[in-house]
Order: sequence, then C-alpha cells, then structure tokens
Amino acid sequence: MDQHDQSHAHDRHAPIQGSTEDTYYEQRTWAIQALLVEKGIVTAEEIRRQIETVEARTPADGAKVIARAWVDPAFKARLLRDAKSAVAELGYDSGEAPVLVALENTPKVHNVVVCTLCSCYPRALLGLPPDWYKSLNYRSRVVVDPRSVLKEFGLELEPDVEVRVYDSSADMRYLVIPERPAGTEHLSEAELADLVTRDSMIGVTNARAPEPYSGRKAAAPA
Amino acid sequence: MAAKFQPGDRVRVRVGSPPGHFRTPAYIQGKSGVIEALHGAFANPESLALGGDGRPSQFLYQVRFEQTHLWPRYPNSLQDKLLIDIYEHWLESA
Amino acid sequence: MQRRVHDRGGWPDAGPIDRVEHVYTMWERQTDAIRGVLGGKGLLRTDELRRAIESIEPCRYEQLRYYERWLVAIEALLIEKGLLTREEIDRKMEEWVTCRS
Repeated sequence: MDQHDQSHAHDRHAPIQGSTEDTYYEQRTWAIQALLVEKGIVTAEEIRRQIETVEARTPADGAKVIARAWVDPAFKARLLRDAKSAVAELGYDSGEAPVLVALENTPKVHNVVVCTLCSCYPRALLGLPPDWYKSLNYRSRVVVDPRSVLKEFGLELEPDVEVRVYDSSADMRYLVIPERPAGTEHLSEAELADLVTRDSMIGVTNARAPEPYSGRKAAAPA
Repeated sequence: MAAKFQPGDRVRVRVGSPPGHFRTPAYIQGKSGVIEALHGAFANPESLALGGDGRPSQFLYQVRFEQTHLWPRYPNSLQDKLLIDIYEHWLESA
Repeated sequence: MQRRVHDRGGWPDAGPIDRVEHVYTMWERQTDAIRGVLGGKGLLRTDELRRAIESIEPCRYEQLRYYERWLVAIEALLIEKGLLTREEIDRKMEEWVTCRS
C-alpha cells in the first residue's frame, strides 16, 4: 500500500480540521511513543533527553557567533570560509549534516533565507524555527517578492542594495551575519550579542540598534 | 567522476516531475543561471527518501539566478538574486 | 506542469505573514523528539519524512498544522517500515481515552 493510500485510510480517524483537534494529536503522539517504548525501539529517557537538547538551543547561541564575527575579522573570515569549524571554536556542534554556511550582509548586499519546500533551518545553532518561517505564505512570497516581505518585517532597502534570497533546498543551512549596527564601538562582545536577534540571522530584519550611549557603562548583569 | 560544472558556468535547470521525492522546486525549473559554488558530492535525496542508499552521490551546486529572469513582474532596475542548491543531474549547460 | 502542494515558492495568492508565534504543546515537542531519536538510530531519515509529508493529500496538507503533518507522516512511515501497525496505534489510543475517562 503506497503512501497516498495510507493517508486516505487514515482520514477515517484524523479530523480534517487539524486546527481544532489538539486532543486527537496529543493522544496519537502518546500512543505512538508508548508503543515505541514498549517495543524497545526507543526509551522514554531518550525522548526526554532529546526534548531537553532541542529546548536548550536558542538564538542566543547564534548571536554569540555573530558578535564574535563582529569583533574579530579573522574569525569572521573563518566563519565565511568554513562555518562548521568556526562555530566549533566557540563550543558549538553544528552537526555532521546538514552543512552550515554563513552569509555576510554588507551595506550593498542583504541576504535572506527560506526553505520553500519544507522548513530547513540552522536548528543546531538557532533552535526551532519560528512559525512564520514555516508558513505557506512566507515560503511562497519571499522568493518572488522579498522586498515586500522585508517591508512587512519593518525593513526597507534602497534599490541599489542587492537582495539575495537563499532557498535551502538541499544539505546546506544558511546563517545570516547581520551588519554590525552603527554606534556600537563601545560595547562589549556580550552586549553586542544582545543586539543580534533571531530574525536578523534569518535576514528578515537587521540587528537591533544600541541604546543611546550615555557615556557611563552600565553595571554588568548579575 | 569529476564535477561537470564549475563556478561561473551558465546552466539551465531541467524540467520534470518524477514520481517520488525530489528537491528541485517548480519555480526554478527551466530557468537559466550561473554556478556560484560547488558544495561537493552528497547522497541523492531522491534515493534516500525511498529507503535507498543515496548512491550514486550527486555533485551539489549553488546556482545564482537574476530575479528579473525568474519573475516577469520583478522590477528591471533591481539587481536582486535568488540562490538555490541544485543537484548535478538536474542541470545542463546553457 | 502539475505543481505539488509542498512546492510553495511563488505559489499564487499568498497573503500576509502571520508573525504570532505559538507556544509548543507537549505533544509537539514529543513529536519533534520522536523524529530526532528515531533519526539518530537510523530508523527514520529526514528525506523519508519529507517524502511522507509530501504524500499527504493536498487539501489536508494545507489544513494541517506543522507538527500535525509530522505526526501523520511519522505514523505512516512507522507502519510502512513494519515497526508499528495502525491497529495497535488505534488500540493504544482507545486505552488512553479509557484510562483518562
């Protein structure tokens, strides 16, 4: 029985209006996991640990990589040449596959990333992708009219800036290095990392602007 | 087996809708672009998707397209690009 | 050329992007984890999951939420590979409902 037939057979049980039936999917997930554990295919501990591992990855990890690239031009060069090795220097494991590739935004080039076919995303470094990145509308529109999508996110670019859309169709996962904001010369690497948002590493926005510099350094956070 | 293309080569994406799984979107099929980079050889997802071993592995290229070439209504004054990773068996010389 | 439902680049009539981000439910995290653990054991490949998601009937693909598609696809693959049967999953679900009522 091929995939298509199985999906139809399953319609008997699964409601078509997926959005209202969390209970069904909750039950189904529980049932599948319970059976996998009973049969010794997985253990509950493995599932628990995997949930924790995924939860522990956040965009803050990617932000640290970006901040390092901003302060250390040699690191940035290594990041652009071989992102996997470069992030490993900071203790991050981007995994054997997929392959991590860094893209540098400049005053003349703005990069933005999508996966039109599904939801490929540099999860190992940024954690889970936002809902909108996985949405049908984003996947459709950002390739055909990226500037209108950027505008929705509050970013308008001059016509002489080259917008480069990367469709993650294979084993590469793309991480955008947003431009370092102006007026950040006085900031520490940790303070710089605070300016790097998840959305700026996808490329739909720029990094945040710094707070106006008062001339006094704030106390380090506890 | 050597890679068929190198950066700078002009290529065209084949048109097709084979049964099973493939990673060449419709919007790029039949379009012409330039090889931006050669990523290396990778297991073929079309085989992996059906439980195969992914062989023969395929060279994977990053291909660059002019947005004005892909979309009829894209403003001609803009230099915007679309880059996508395409397996060698989906490409031919243009 | 017939375009498949998951092939969304340039899909016509796409609307505004909803930027509200929902909090993941426990079952969504579990589904994600089941995929990760099975993948780590070589029992479920990313390409197989994609193929199974792409096989979802088009109307249903568009209506299901993200992890609902995953769960449907994971179930189909586990059955296809003979690791589980539909009947035992149905029976297990009944058991859950019974125990909690």
